[in-house]
Amino acid sequence: MEYEATIGLETHIMQKTGTKMFCSCRHEYGAAPNTHVCPVCLGYPGALPVLNEKAIELCCKAGLLLGCAINPYSKWDRKNYFYPDMAKNYQISQYDQPLCLGGQLEVEVDGAMKTFAIERIHQEENAAKNTHVAGGSLVDYNRAGTALMEIVSEPCMHSAADALAYMNALKQIMQYGGISDCDQEKGQMRSDVNVSVRPVGQKELGAKVEIKNMNSFAFIEQAIGYEIDRQIAVLEGGGRVAQETRGFDADRGETFTQRTKEDAHDYRYFPEPDLMPVKISAEQVERWRAELPELPAQRRARYVSELGLPEYDAGVLTSDKAVSDWFEEAMRHTDNAKAVSNFIMGEMLRLLSGQGTAISESQVTPEKLAAIIALIDAKTISTSAGKQVFEIVFNEGGDPKTIVEAKGMAQVSDDSALEGWADEAIANNPKSVEEYKAGKQGAINFLMGQVMKASKGKANPGAVMQMLKQKLDA
Amino acid sequence: MADLNTLTLSELSDKLAAGECRSVDIVNDVLACIEERDGRIGAYLTLDRASALEQAQAADAARAAGACHPMLGIPVAIKDLINVKGQPCTCSSKILEGYVAPYDATVVSRLRAAGAVLLGRVNMDEFAMGSSTENAALGKTSNPWNLDHVPGGSSGGSAASVAADEAVCSLGSDTGGSIRQPAAFCGCVGVKPTYGRVSRYGLTAFASSLDQIGPISKTVRDSAILLDTICGHDPMDSSSIDLPATAFAAQLGSDPSLSGMKLGLPKEYFVEGMDPEVEKAVRDAVEHCRGLGAEIVDVSLPNAKYAIAVYYIIATAEASANLARFDGIRYGLRIDGKDPIELYGRTRAAGFGPEVKRRIILGTYVLSSGYYDAYYLKAQKVRTLIRDDFAEAFRQCDAILAPVTPTAAYRKGEKTSDPLKMYLDDILTTPINLAGNCALSVPCGFASNGMPVGLQIIGDAFNEEAILRVGHAYEQTTGWHRQRPEW
Amino acid sequence: MSNATQGMDVGYVAHLARLELTAEETALFQGQLDQILHYVEQLNALDVAGVEPTAHAIPVYNVFRPDEVGRSLDHDDVIANAPSAANGQFRVPKIIDQ
Repeated sequence: MEYEATIGLETHIMQKTGTKMFCSCRHEYGAAPNTHVCPVCLGYPGALPVLNEKAIELCCKAGLLLGCAINPYSKWDRKNYFYPDMAKNYQISQYDQPLCLGGQLEVEVDGAMKTFAIERIHQEENAAKNTHVAGGSLVDYNRAGTALMEIVSEPCMHSAADALAYMNALKQIMQYGGISDCDQEKGQMRSDVNVSVRPVGQKELGAKVEIKNMNSFAFIEQAIGYEIDRQIAVLEGGGRVAQETRGFDADRGETFTQRTKEDAHDYRYFPEPDLMPVKISAEQVERWRAELPELPAQRRARYVSELGLPEYDAGVLTSDKAVSDWFEEAMRHTDNAKAVSNFIMGEMLRLLSGQGTAISESQVTPEKLAAIIALIDAKTISTSAGKQVFEIVFNEGGDPKTIVEAKGMAQVSDDSALEGWADEAIANNPKSVEEYKAGKQGAINFLMGQVMKASKGKANPGAVMQMLKQKLDA
Repeated sequence: MADLNTLTLSELSDKLAAGECRSVDIVNDVLACIEERDGRIGAYLTLDRASALEQAQAADAARAAGACHPMLGIPVAIKDLINVKGQPCTCSSKILEGYVAPYDATVVSRLRAAGAVLLGRVNMDEFAMGSSTENAALGKTSNPWNLDHVPGGSSGGSAASVAADEAVCSLGSDTGGSIRQPAAFCGCVGVKPTYGRVSRYGLTAFASSLDQIGPISKTVRDSAILLDTICGHDPMDSSSIDLPATAFAAQLGSDPSLSGMKLGLPKEYFVEGMDPEVEKAVRDAVEHCRGLGAEIVDVSLPNAKYAIAVYYIIATAEASANLARFDGIRYGLRIDGKDPIELYGRTRAAGFGPEVKRRIILGTYVLSSGYYDAYYLKAQKVRTLIRDDFAEAFRQCDAILAPVTPTAAYRKGEKTSDPLKMYLDDILTTPINLAGNCALSVPCGFASNGMPVGLQIIGDAFNEEAILRVGHAYEQTTGWHRQRPEW
Repeated sequence: MSNATQGMDVGYVAHLARLELTAEETALFQGQLDQILHYVEQLNALDVAGVEPTAHAIPVYNVFRPDEVGRSLDHDDVIANAPSAANGQFRVPKIIDQ
């Protein structure tokens, strides 16, 4: 029998706010345990939450970037469950009136464009961090109460590739939008994955299995693959897939039962009396919309249409926001987009990956690259010399022009100097001269190489070619 | 120095301003009174004499340096569910054993800013759940008018301390009558402000959509002074309303005329089972107000009879979540277990008293899957009807007159075995919390057993001015509030 | 609300609320709570079709605070309140993933 998998994702993204969702404690990764805590985020008696305005703005902007409608009226609810990482033993969330409704994400999967529907985005608060030690666990509430939004997709994906493409696109958009850094190592982007399988043609969905709290895209891909195979095997064997929550064992690449439906939580949602509802006007939505940054797809299109870059270059440059921002900055100092693109895709990414550093930390700044390109365009140096200068600046820093002068890298276009090298090459290589004159055009390249060699690479190749042709054609 | 503790807040305020006494003198007299009487009353849970005297000295020094505020140097007793930095805050529960508040409630910050003396912490029903201060894990409180009788609750310690002259005034909290009912039982004035008038930041939550902190005092003017001091917008409480500064005390004049005022009398408020002596005292008070020039009009609150059902669904639901944080992990009592679930179950079993457990279970149940619509949602809708009733009534009158309780204070132990019976006594106070209005209780006589009776004056939201005016006029022209228990 | 007449499963609800009850408590509460639920059933008499629920006593919207860092608590005060602590953190029995 043929089977079809259905996948939905609930993705939690930590927003880039300076303070927590409901209190003014600093939101900072890696601080000493329990130093960014207060009565509110520790759930002390008498403490009350107050909404972080910036978090609301970021959540709504995330919604606008994903084509959601901003709910004109949204409210807050308490989700009750006892767990040591939740100080109040309820999480403040949004149950039936989230900030953002609907939306979609257009993604390329295996060369085809697909549209994945988004059901809603709601704002909630993060949990504390538990660490397991001998004989117990330790709880650090620094992360407790930080702003966390949940983006819920429709069950509209059908393969691990779909899910991966969706997650990648989501991450890219959140980074572009300044909503979140989506640093998975820091837990800034985590997903609950819902997977079900049904025979092709069956109308209703199969039993839903939830795999909780995954932060690695590679593990998500493995877990979905494993889970689809497992569920098909169960159905093939005449069994029934249990509706349950499963964990993922990364070492074995397998999922395992964590919680069955029978001991599912009863969250007892009810309206949060301590927080007032939020009303968002159409005018506010338009103000936010006007502030939205350009998204990767839009940038990519602009790089092709306005800057004349090939599709391939535009795709590489926009895949990482930091790289794209660097490119944009360089373009403020030069008009030669293709040259900037070539340097980024070639030297820059190669050298960065060798060092494992971020583009923002490179000693080659956008301004310095523009200076290198200006030297090439003015024919002061050759392209190959330009690459050498780039590498020197990358490794040692320094000003490109000074380096060119200090190392004598400027190319020679002066006719009298070139003439000596050209005459020498013609005199020393009669065979090539003969071949050229016999109609073998390519033979001139050998002579050209000889001139370049004699000039130690400083001769201007264009000028050399012109001079050789002049002399041989005469 | 002659018994400064027996004077009212405004009398003491005048004496302090005139240089006729010092804050230290007042505090000394209050401490002496506590020393003498509190063994019998049991109002105080904790009392830091040295700190009280230090604060009094600081107040006297501030006054000498030119500071002035009607609360400067006035000692205030604080209900033990309001956080005061560096002090325990037990909520009369074993579960908060060892907890030391690391912050001040906003009302406490405001009292400090005014130079008031934070006197000590007074008893209450555990987590404000009760009407007699008998649900208290750390000590029992008696009614100063008759030690065999309950002081009311949950702010029983707040009312008893003021009635016994062991405090000049106090702060209580009112979720369903917890200021007004003990004030009535102890012959004090108590004000439940409009929801949103006083910041709840630092008030240990019982039912967040109903709770308000308010004053208990010897006179209406005293309550007005205290209310002026503690109210006002607080960015730490999203439900606190941003309104212009109040001058409730300054608005109370010496002319007791109520002419031009319309006072409503809700027929549903003279309920079946009401003590005829209470009813008579209240009806006499209504006639007294008519005599002061008020026009008495009939109003109707047809859905008020559902208030108990609605209240015990909404309040317990909110409480079930609010009290979830008492889990033995970050502060307070812990009874260890093999895993967090066992730790929670044991800690909460040992830490909470029976009434708190009962209400947590009820509140958990009405929110649980399959029952939410039938109980919680339905209660929220009936709450709307109750609010609408008041809105309609206040189109016809400026304030409403009513009893506070169906009976005067009863004997200890009389109702502890039947929770529902005790709940039903809240029928006259809970509607006001559900509607979010303001109300006060002012003494209006005595039952034949010698226990005080209170008159409830109910106002529309943010119209404290009206109820304080009526209460003040009534008080000025009657002598009930000046009667004190004998010692 | 017809379910109420069947009575509440006090043991189950107490577990949801993380309260360990003794058999005596369970029996006592069962009777008392059933009585209270029976009383509450009077709300059945009311037709509330079309009535909006009240969640807040006052209609207020959009109460926000700016995203500005304020003071956190002193770490020592925080840990001083902890019934059990280690390495500046709250110590609890081993947490099993739920």
